Parts: sequence; structure tokens; C-alpha cells
Amino acid sequence: MANATERPKRKPRSMIIRTKLPMPTQHPEDRAKNFNEVPYGYNEAEAMFEAQRCLQCKNQPCVKGCPVEVPIRDFIILITERKFMEAASLIKTKNGLPAITGRVCPQETQCEARCTLGRRYEPVAIGNLERFVADYARDHDEEVAEIPPKTGKKVAIVGAGPAGLTCASDLALKGHDISIFEALHKPGGVLIYGIPEFRLPKDTVKYEIDYVKKLGVEVNTNFIVGRNKTVGELLKEYDAVFIGSGAGAPRLLKLSGINLVNVYSANEYLTRVNLMKAYLFPDYKTPVKIGKNVVTIGAGNVAMDSARTAKRLGAENSIIIYRRSRKECPARAEEVHHAEEEEVEFRFLTNPVRIIGDELGKVRAVECLEYELGEPDESGRAKPIPIPGSEHLIECDVVIIAVGNDPNPLIPMTTPELETTKWGTIVTETATGKTSMKQVYAGGDISTGAATVIAAMGAGKIAAKSIHKEIMGISDDDDSKVSLTPGTFKKER
Amino acid sequence: MYEIVDKKDLNAENTMLKVKAPQIASSCKAGQFIIVRANEKAERIPLTIADWDSKEGWIQIIFQKVGASTYELADYNKGDKLMDFVGPLGLPTHAEGAGKTVVIGGGLGIAIATPVARAYKQAGNHVDVIIGARNSELLILEKELDKIADNLYICTDDGSKGREGFVTEQLEELIKGGAEYKTCFTVGPPIMMMFVAKITEKYDLKTVVSLNSIMLDGTGMCGACRVSIGGEIKLACVDGPDFDGHLVDWENLMHRLTAYKDEEREAMEEYQKKNECCNEKKDGA
Repeated sequence: MANATERPKRKPRSMIIRTKLPMPTQHPEDRAKNFNEVPYGYNEAEAMFEAQRCLQCKNQPCVKGCPVEVPIRDFIILITERKFMEAASLIKTKNGLPAITGRVCPQETQCEARCTLGRRYEPVAIGNLERFVADYARDHDEEVAEIPPKTGKKVAIVGAGPAGLTCASDLALKGHDISIFEALHKPGGVLIYGIPEFRLPKDTVKYEIDYVKKLGVEVNTNFIVGRNKTVGELLKEYDAVFIGSGAGAPRLLKLSGINLVNVYSANEYLTRVNLMKAYLFPDYKTPVKIGKNVVTIGAGNVAMDSARTAKRLGAENSIIIYRRSRKECPARAEEVHHAEEEEVEFRFLTNPVRIIGDELGKVRAVECLEYELGEPDESGRAKPIPIPGSEHLIECDVVIIAVGNDPNPLIPMTTPELETTKWGTIVTETATGKTSMKQVYAGGDISTGAATVIAAMGAGKIAAKSIHKEIMGISDDDDSKVSLTPGTFKKER
Repeated sequence: MYEIVDKKDLNAENTMLKVKAPQIASSCKAGQFIIVRANEKAERIPLTIADWDSKEGWIQIIFQKVGASTYELADYNKGDKLMDFVGPLGLPTHAEGAGKTVVIGGGLGIAIATPVARAYKQAGNHVDVIIGARNSELLILEKELDKIADNLYICTDDGSKGREGFVTEQLEELIKGGAEYKTCFTVGPPIMMMFVAKITEKYDLKTVVSLNSIMLDGTGMCGACRVSIGGEIKLACVDGPDFDGHLVDWENLMHRLTAYKDEEREAMEEYQKKNECCNEKKDGA
């Protein structure tokens, strides 16, 4: 990585390419009928071309925008030198799941938002480059990081989602024995049950998790902490416990008709399709209702995932209703754009009043009101105000509620010693991930409420650092000794 | 993988599997359930724990062959392995301080009524048990219940054993005869539980029902199993499966149980087609 520091002089303006190289994607008409991934990813030449756009800034603002501080500039320089495997190893020093984050991170509000090039032109396509490097390493027998000698310390991780997997791999790289306990039958958490195949292929998730297993991490599926064993019982066998149990409890609207047949929480709808592969029914035995007219309530990423999934399952009309306007959609711009391309219909400034069923208790329509935007409310967004007399029906046979998730209540319920907030999240110290219970750490959606994959990974990383310090008895002054960067890399076989 | 250490077809409809699962056997209680996923393509099926042994480390489940998934599960034999087996799920039945109790099990529900009756008994309560089925052939666990119950009453629709008629008739007769129950626990087809609850409401008898709504993850994540209890949404998997029978919206529960009727029919046809073709192959060989 010697070249990383010997940077070339500033590029003359004439050499600057103003726009991102777009990633080739499946045509919207084709992809709305299949579950294959939407973008194909860059090839080598495309990646090197895009990497050349990087200004290689000395102060690296992009890195400050990354919750796990991936050395972005330096891995991009390695791409320009065709050193793809080295670039992958360098990313893995900070980010254990690059093939995943390269696909699902909101780069436009993080690294790419800070990109110097982005001040005048389009920022460097950092996410696309990260994805390219991770996929390249996967296809070229990636080396597994060398594990230092065993410390004899044991850490239990609750939940095999992004926070838990990151915490586990960072601690394994310090020589600790790590056991993950996962309630579902497959590890991955939201990466497996929530995010659809067309946005994050499950083979990619499996590959990244297999890599974590290669670091010596033991993954116990079908194990429910809080039922099989409590956190307190785990503490008798382990030196520390990390809780990353996520925000898995669906928020259901207090609407009349919410319990009608074919009204789904987004969690149920997506879990049936992603985890249980209902799109392959009846070969796979879990069914999902294929609606002709599917209404999704909400406009976050999960709502986009649901509405796009409905389209792929065969819905003639997939409609998103949202009480604010397009500008306020909480979903990533790219997701809204993809949904629009796939002819998902948006009804902005519209909100449900009640859900109406037929004599068999099946949903038949959603009654809605139209809204207009008023002054900003306490969230800073324009407050939607209902327009009197604007009641109207949207006929439908499936309704998906995608208005957010609450923290999973099982661990707080069975661990009375843990301090929680009124929202049910576990109280943690942001800088360390420490909870009110000794030797117990938490991070990700269980402590912040529903957020992003990368934020959860960042929290897993912070907790790993402080767990390592606590179980090794390292004081805060010795901070320099606890960099989680693994030393050398060796070939696995 | 979870090994099947014993299997028995109890009758034409019901099958018993004993599965090695020490982790569950050491932490489960009466009224809780497990979820089984037999193979990579199988559904996650919630089944109540019928019996267990924490020393030997096994869990017993009893299920009725009602659709493709349960027929497929019944094709597994002793020595075969199930891919996933997770539990204990749900809250245990609260048996302490129940007072004189009547436990009512209908059809497959008898499999759940048995450990629950035992728990009520072990908590020091007088326990009467009423069981019912369409005919004597479909009655299960009669011997086991006879040992647990202070009095065991048997009903069959066709009168082939015990009283001819429904469990509700037996219940009302006992109440009218001065049984003075303090608690009623009932499990079985929703329509039976609903009628039991209607009778006990008349007599102001506290009634606990064990609900069997459609489930997916069983840990409170998906909301598929939501039921309406006194106008509030509850999840059968984490808030239940036991609820106050007088507060259940039975019509809604029964509607939600029919959600996948068409898909179940399709899956069953697929299962039968597959079996026919396998049998033909066997015949040919």
C-alpha cells in the first residue's frame, strides 16, 4: 500500500469526469418480473475508470462520513493500480461485510455526501466501487485474515444480524472465542429476512457470513436467548455478552380492519418471501398471498422493498400511499427511483382512515383521506393536514403495513436488570456500547431503534473495541493498543 | 439437525414424534410450543409440546395431518433428522392458584390438554378433564389423562365411546350438577373453544383458551399470529398462546385461519402428485 501515501498532484480540471459511471442494471420491464439483482455491478475496466475520478484528497472527508471508517481513498487508489485483492483486504480491516454495505448503505448521505468532487459535480461512486472489490475478492479465492493466538476469553453475541456479525468478527480477530446465538434458522437477521433478493442476493449474505465463520466464530441457530437461556445465564459461561437483537417487532397502525385477512406487516410479507422463499411456492412450502392490487402504507426503504416485491410476485397494481410528498420519503432516493421505474404507483399526500373487508373477513379496500402540507412539525418536516371531504376508496386485495419497527421486546422482558427507554430500546453509552448491566453490551437497532445496516455495524464495532478492553483489562490510556486492524493476511488453504 | 428418536401413528389422522432436543427439554414448561422446519423447503410449523423429558433430552409433539406440510412431516421416521427445531416459544400456562379446574381438550387439542392438566394437578389443584373427538378411533392419550385427572369424561360425536355428544354438553352438565369450578382451560378447534367460552361466560367461570393462529417466526417478529383480545391486538406467539376466552374475537380468529385455504389446496395437490409419481416409480422397479 506504499503508493497510497505518494499521491499524485491535484488533477487539472480538464481531466475531471463530472458524472458517475452508471452501473449497468436489468431493464425495469424484465426485472419487475424476476427476483434477480437489479444492478449487475462494474466490471474491472469500469471500476478502474470510476476509481480514476477520485481526487485522492489529503484530508479524506469521505472517511469521516463512514460509520466504520473504511479507508476509502486508499482502497480506491489500489483499484486504479488494478490491485483488487489488496483493496479488498484493506476494506476488510474496517468493514467485515463489504459486499453487503456496498449494496445497501445510504452512501448518498454518508461517504459520497462528503466527497470533494461532489461539491461541484457528482461524487465518486464509492458504494459501487466497494461492491466491485468485495465481489471480485469473492470470485478470486479471497484470503482469510490471520487469527492471533487464542486469548482464552469467551464472548456471547445475541443475534446474527449486522451488529452481531460485526462485533463477532472484530472480536474473533483479536483471538477471542465467539459464539453467536440466533433465534431464526438462518443467520443474517434483517439481511436474510428483510432485504429482498433483488437488492441483496442471499448468496452474497451467505458468503459474508461464511467468512465470519472462517474466522472461527461459532454460529448457533434456533437458539432463543430469553427462552433457552437468559442473558444472566450466558454471563456464567462467557466473559461478556453483546446484545444485537434488532428492531424486529412490527409497528401496526391503530386502524379499524388491521386484523383482516391479507393485511400483512411488512416484516411478515418480506419474511415469507425472503427467508421462506414463498416466491418459489409450491416448490417451497410457505405461501404468500399474490394480490392483484396491493397497497403498501409507508414510504421508507421497507415500504419500497414490499411494493417492489409485490410487483415481482405478479401484482397488476402495486400502490404506495404516503401522507407527505415525494420530497419527504424516508427511503433512499435510489430505492424510490427504482420503484418508479418498475411502475410502482405512488399516491402522495394520502393516508388511510380504515381498512374495509368483505363478508369472509378479507380485505377489499382502503379508505383514505387526502392531505396538504402545512408548517413544519416537531420533526422539522412539513406537517400533513387532512383535507375535509376528500375521503375515497382504493380497492385492493392485499395491504402491507410498512410504517416502522419497534425493538424486539424479548431480551428486555427477560432481563429485568437491563435499563430500557420508554420506547423499549436498551440504554447504552454511545462511545462504548456499555449497558446498565455489568459485562453486557448492546448495539444496533435494539439500542437506537430502527436504523441502517451500517449504523448497526458501527455500533457492533464500537462495542467490540470496549469488550476487548474490558476482558483483557486494558485501561483507557492504552487506547493505541486496541486498534481492531488485523495485522497480516495469509492464504487460507 | 434434530433426530427423531421415536415415531408412532396414533390413528389415521394423528402422528406422534419424539425428537432429541436437550436444549428445549431442559427449559420448557406446559403450554409452550416449538416450531419445526423439517427440511430446506419446508414451512415453519408451530406445534405444542405434548410431553418432554429433561434428563433424556427429548420433546414429544403430536400433530394432525391436515395439509401438505403435516403429511410431509408424517413421512419422517425414527432415525430421520429434522433440519430445524426451535423453542420453547410462548408463555407457559399459569397453573398456580387456579382452584378447582376443568380442562377440556377436543381432537388434537387433547395433546396439549395433557401436559396442561398435569401442570394444574402438580400445582395442587383438583383437576377434572373432558376430552372429545369425532369417534373413539380419534381419541388420544386417554390412558395418560386417566392417571392425571381426578375425573375423566369422554365424549364422541358418534357415541362410539363415552358420552354421545359434544364436550360442551358434558361441561354444562357438570357445572349444573354443582361442580363449582374456579378455572376452565380449553384447547381444540376454535369453534369448540368458542362454544365452551359461551357456556362458561353464562356461569361467570374464568376460562383460559390456547390459540393456534397462523405463525411464521414465533418470536414476535412478523405479527402473522395477531389476535384481537378485548379489542386489543395481541400476538399469540409471545403474549400467548393462552388468553382469556371471554375476550377473544372468535370470528376474526377463524377468518384469519382460512388465509391460505387456496394455497393449501394447491400444495396438497402438489404433494399427492409427487407421491403418485414416486409410487409409480416404485411399482415400475
